[in-house]
Amino acid sequence: MLRYVLVRVLQFLLTAWIASIIVFALMQVLPGNAAQVALGTNATPEAVARLEAEYGLDRPLVVQYLDWIGGVVIGDFGRSYVTEADITPVISDSIQVTLIVVIASMALALLIAVPLGTAAAVFHNRAAGVAISGASQVGIAIPNFLAAIILVMIFSLGLGWFPSSGWRAPIEGIGEFLERLVLPVTALALVQAAILTRYVRSAVLEVMREDFLRTARAKGLTAGRALVKHGLRNAAIPVVTVAGVQLATLLIGAVVIEQVFVLPGMGSELVRAVSNRDLLTVQGIVMVLVVLVLLLNLIVDLLYSVLDPRVRRAA
Amino acid sequence: MGHRRVIRTLAAAAAIALTASACSAGASSTSEGEGGESRTDMVVAHTAEPVNLDFTTTAGAAIPQALMENVYESLVRIDQSGELQPALATSWEVSEDRTEYTFDLQDGVTFSNGDEFTSSDVKFSYERVKSDAWQNQLKTKMDIVESIETPDDSTVTITLTQPSNRWLFDLASLVGAVFSEDAVNDLANQAVGTGPFEVSAFTRGQEIVFDARDDYWGEAPALEEVTFKYFRDSVAATNALRSGEVDVIGNLQAPELAGELESTEFQVIEGTSNGEVVLSMNNADGVFADQKAREAVLYAIDEQTILDTAWGGYGTLIGGMVPPTDPYYEDLTGVWEHDVEKAQELVEEAGIAGEEIRFAVPNLPYATAIGDIVVSQLEEAGLSATIESQEFPAVWLDRTFTNHDYDMSVINHVEARDILTVFGEGSYTGYDHTRIDELAAQADAGTEEEYVEGMKEVARTITEDAGAGFAFLFPNLIVADPAVQGLPENWVSDAFPIATLSWS
Repeated sequence: MLRYVLVRVLQFLLTAWIASIIVFALMQVLPGNAAQVALGTNATPEAVARLEAEYGLDRPLVVQYLDWIGGVVIGDFGRSYVTEADITPVISDSIQVTLIVVIASMALALLIAVPLGTAAAVFHNRAAGVAISGASQVGIAIPNFLAAIILVMIFSLGLGWFPSSGWRAPIEGIGEFLERLVLPVTALALVQAAILTRYVRSAVLEVMREDFLRTARAKGLTAGRALVKHGLRNAAIPVVTVAGVQLATLLIGAVVIEQVFVLPGMGSELVRAVSNRDLLTVQGIVMVLVVLVLLLNLIVDLLYSVLDPRVRRAA
Repeated sequence: MGHRRVIRTLAAAAAIALTASACSAGASSTSEGEGGESRTDMVVAHTAEPVNLDFTTTAGAAIPQALMENVYESLVRIDQSGELQPALATSWEVSEDRTEYTFDLQDGVTFSNGDEFTSSDVKFSYERVKSDAWQNQLKTKMDIVESIETPDDSTVTITLTQPSNRWLFDLASLVGAVFSEDAVNDLANQAVGTGPFEVSAFTRGQEIVFDARDDYWGEAPALEEVTFKYFRDSVAATNALRSGEVDVIGNLQAPELAGELESTEFQVIEGTSNGEVVLSMNNADGVFADQKAREAVLYAIDEQTILDTAWGGYGTLIGGMVPPTDPYYEDLTGVWEHDVEKAQELVEEAGIAGEEIRFAVPNLPYATAIGDIVVSQLEEAGLSATIESQEFPAVWLDRTFTNHDYDMSVINHVEARDILTVFGEGSYTGYDHTRIDELAAQADAGTEEEYVEGMKEVARTITEDAGAGFAFLFPNLIVADPAVQGLPENWVSDAFPIATLSWS
């Protein structure tokens, strides 16, 4: 078990390091540079060169990389030459927004998907089951930004229940925080719920055909109790895998949703930093996103071994 | 039995969800309860967000739009009709040879950090523009300043190297902003000026909150708090307006939405701006080095159709590089009347039929809309252009503006009185600047009438040389709650002044 965890953690670190090199290299091939953007349409070549030197962009790439990664390791993402502010607080502020939205979306998606998917499996050959399957198919087909626009039209412009955009931190007022959270979280969660419903359904269907469930029923358990006591844990394995992968796509989906709802999350920061060629900030945010996704994979891997003793033993 | 329990659980979950949403709905309706006549705050939506608060090192319209006139003030300012008005200077005198300006300064002015405003602040600020501390290349507007004297605390004498009609107008722009010597260490995050407002909160990418100062030297603003909120997306901005989260959209970037908003309950104000949407052609290199080829394009394009199709008819046809609020404006729309046959003839003459024109179009709403129409109009004249979409600002600035690697482009030049920058030496237009250098220098050094006449000729020469096409003057399209008063109809300076805003 310990060896399994160690190997996974080492893999994680190695991948993160390679990713940092790729991220840094990608930044270098982006056309246009920060000095030029900062100086805008009045820039002279001399002024651009002077500002580049001030930003430290004229140093050798290896030096720039080592300077950057050395800071990242101790949690210092450097100081943006565009905004003249430290990047670490920018990332820590925006990551809170994104994580709140993503985790709330995933929670809502699971809250919808697990009961719905189970119901769809239990009633798979009846009208209710077919209806749930059909609805989830439709849900998968709707991109989350479209869901967002439709939700705004109905619940914000039409009914006036929720604000159409903006963000308030929980400490600024829990009511204001929640009312601004509802629409973006719902927009993200609907699609995820649809996807997860289908996985839950097929996982439960699979489990329902297993011998051990029949044995459990033969021992006198009702169908429902047998499913809850013995079935759901087995069905959870594929669902956890998919939910882990989906969390990563939710992070990406949040980039779009943050634009629609004008949320100050990592997506908004990323888009802004890219357009200003604020490369240090871009590097920092992309790196954090990469590490988050890798971390998710690591957690999912480790969860397997908790959920399924066979994985532990195989390792 | 088990099935029924599952259904019951589901029903319970649904009920909880409904209750939760009902609770949030209640919360939102209470927060909308504020408003009415007693409101002393206002929220204004803008598109381009400031990356920091320091226009001395960062170019672009967003920072001065927020800070000039509201937080920072100059000695003079430009009013809605384009005329110079006193600001921190109560009056000024110009010497006989028009190189020496003596300004009498306003008394009892303080900076928002409590520092007293004196003539030494003016000297400090303007000498700083000329130093390396200023990176913004608009600083060259102050190159003409030779010396700055402060005979006493309320008098400043500025000597120019030569007479200039332009300079005093330039002084009303951001280069004229007066800073306190003690408050320039962290301009990117701290803005300290003499203006009616101070920045009380700056959330990068989201909003700037301005609080009215009680110790402002001039007339106190009607509002206590004004917030600028930034929306990259016009639809998000109009949604926010409709749902009451913002009261004003500073400059609507989606004119197709204006008509609908106007027909509902909002006021739509169309004013002028300093933004000339220039259809630039690379005069120095490639297909358009030949004047005949450029003339062909100018005959081929139909500006009225471009304006109607791309920007909903909002905007003004100008035909040249000068907006109507400038003193040397002249209607040049008649110089190149739309004439497809003439265009076809010129295409033949120049031998450019079928030649590939690389059309660099920045990924901005107006530019992409104009790009498609121009391509189809060129096609009618026998020209074939291929659109290269370029990310703005980074890629466009790099390829087109800096490396001049383009045949044709389209961009809104927003700066005030920028004709000599866009068509001067080294500009990406590649225009033969020797045609106007002498004229412009003489005009600037001449009397006021000579200036107006001279600059008119400069503008006319550029248009007649087919230096570029001028699609239209960008409108200043403001959409607002009908109760909002004192909106700056015309965008004449760097600023979006908020001191005049009020609720009726």
